[in-house]
Amino acid sequence: MSDIAIKVEGLSKQYRIGKRAPYKTLRESLTGLATAPLRHLGLLTHPESAEGETSFWALKDVSFEIKKGEAVGIIGRNGAGKSTLLKILSRITEPTEGQIRIKGRVGSLLEVGTGFHPELTGRENVYLNGAILGMARGEIAKKFDEMVAFSEVEKFLDTPVKHYSSGMYMRLAFAVAAHLEPEILVVDEVLAVGDAQFQKKCLGKMGDVAKQGRTVLFVSHNMTAVQTLCQNAIMLAKGQVCNQGPVAPVIRSYMADMAPRDRDVNWAKPDDAPGTSALRIKRISITPEEAGDGNHGLLTMQSPVRVDTEFWSREPKAKLHITYHLLNDQGITVLTSGSPSAKRENGTYCATFTLPGNLLNSGGYFLKLLIVEDESRVVFQRDAIASFEVIEATAREKAYMGRELGVVQPPLVWNIWPANVSGQVRERNSQP
Amino acid sequence: MSQTVTMPPSSQTEYEVLLRPRKGWQPIDLIDLWNYRELLIILALRDIKVRYKQTVLGAAWAIIQPFVQMIVFTMLAGMGNIDTQGIPAPVFYFCGSIIWMLFATALTNSSNSLVGSQNLITKIYFPRLVIPISAVITSLLDFAIALAMFFVIVLVYRQPLHWQMLSLPIFVALAFFAALAVGLWLSAMNVEFRDVRYIIPFMVQIWLFITPVIYPAASVIKPWKRIMLACNPMTGVVEGFRWCMLGTPWPGRLLVVSMASITVLLIGGLFYFRRMEKTFADLV
Repeated sequence: MSDIAIKVEGLSKQYRIGKRAPYKTLRESLTGLATAPLRHLGLLTHPESAEGETSFWALKDVSFEIKKGEAVGIIGRNGAGKSTLLKILSRITEPTEGQIRIKGRVGSLLEVGTGFHPELTGRENVYLNGAILGMARGEIAKKFDEMVAFSEVEKFLDTPVKHYSSGMYMRLAFAVAAHLEPEILVVDEVLAVGDAQFQKKCLGKMGDVAKQGRTVLFVSHNMTAVQTLCQNAIMLAKGQVCNQGPVAPVIRSYMADMAPRDRDVNWAKPDDAPGTSALRIKRISITPEEAGDGNHGLLTMQSPVRVDTEFWSREPKAKLHITYHLLNDQGITVLTSGSPSAKRENGTYCATFTLPGNLLNSGGYFLKLLIVEDESRVVFQRDAIASFEVIEATAREKAYMGRELGVVQPPLVWNIWPANVSGQVRERNSQP
Repeated sequence: MSQTVTMPPSSQTEYEVLLRPRKGWQPIDLIDLWNYRELLIILALRDIKVRYKQTVLGAAWAIIQPFVQMIVFTMLAGMGNIDTQGIPAPVFYFCGSIIWMLFATALTNSSNSLVGSQNLITKIYFPRLVIPISAVITSLLDFAIALAMFFVIVLVYRQPLHWQMLSLPIFVALAFFAALAVGLWLSAMNVEFRDVRYIIPFMVQIWLFITPVIYPAASVIKPWKRIMLACNPMTGVVEGFRWCMLGTPWPGRLLVVSMASITVLLIGGLFYFRRMEKTFADLV
């Protein structure tokens, strides 16, 4: 295992859950002790089993290997076992079964500012926190100026941190953490805090660490960050590894798992279907235009979005049309589009339109349906009749990993050239 | 978690760890503890720095407590006619009070230390033993201040200085280990049973009365009572400390028995602590 940094074999962790408080009271334990001999003789049943205590496997038979210098993202829904895995890797808690072989010093950041004391000054806390993270005093002293510069709190170094704003506190805490240089770095979702500016700085620093050839284990819900920082990913579900390998396909399978299910809605009988007696909706389906491009039907920011509507027409004399409002998850109407208005023979019809790719920002979207008579009267409407999620699934070159602001996010081409040159030589710089 | 090879955290050499479930009783990993000595010191310094923050009287509290105790005991002694072995009562009581206070504060601090360090225990690895030890170290500060006050009192009462005073570190160390021994048991129990927190104050109170702080051990005559007295780890320490500071009679066998009981409690405490350690992060 010369080039393997972490080897996890059959790792399991069991927690007890149940009606009982997480800690016992002495009385319970004493009664337990007193009845122990009787239980041994089989005269009494165990009182705990009678109370319906159950156990729960946070991790079950997890095995994987991580090579030296590899940056691996660990993804999964809440409660999938990501944090438990990090806690075991960080030696905070012990596995119930299985083992982990680790080569190299592990530095873990399950939280920034662990051990910070509000009464101590910024300077004192830097030394305290550094020591808690496993840095030697000399090492902290050597990097002290760098940390302070990174944190931008020079002026308040000798002020107790209880007087800091939360932003200053976070910056100082992260500055110490960012200068931890272990061979293996284990990071939990610590970067999900602070403003956009701060996140940008933190992720930039994380990127540097990964590029220096350190082994990094990174838990995050920010897929853009995982995609940019890591080459490989491990997806956990219900305490087990359900997918691992190069980062892009693992993330796609995770996103497919997370995507809302009402991208395809249909009604079997006209009687329960939404609509009026003249027009009822049979089916609405939202798909990426180019299916089969390996995206598992995911809607990325690049893919054109095709909306298919099937409806029953049951009143040939009515002049009707369908209109959709597209709303984003903040409730802002992004656009409105209506079909041509017409009188139609009884029967089933298909209507379709396509939203261009490279237009919508990432996030959730809803379709609101309206049925309009004589191009003027709304005879039926239904909010959020279907919904879909647009994801950002490409790595970014910039340091910022958060969602860009804006309702739409079409990639725009930037041209930049020196103002004194007559425009002959232009530097073309495209910025998706 | 057992380690195959242990290296100092700052070492550049190949470092390998094997993490797997531990079964049964394990000895304390003293090498690992030594590697984290810097953290131990820095945590103790942190507690010392914040100890008297935002108090008006500050470090004076370290003197006020034994001083008030001295006055109360002196008044009690005046009523009860207790023999103070030829030493002026205030000096006799102040002497016993400061070594007792060291033990009582260290014991209380260390017993509550793990529960008070929840945020560290659930977020980062280090030998958990660092926490109760640093809590005991912190209590030495108060003792040092009170000790300075003691010498002032000795001068005021024109008591002689003795050559035995040179053995002071031995008795401080004994009080230190006695407090740590009990603290290990109680701090580990406190993680699981929060009842301990309520037991400590009155346990300390009762313990004071079964320790020869208010009275000399010599005033206990019945043999079975003397054996009981000697088993109390603090008996030898307090008697020895008075021998060292005031030149009262050498405690002899009392000290030997007390040292033996400290050793038993300490070794047992270390094993118990180690056994419970693996569950701290899950239970605290």
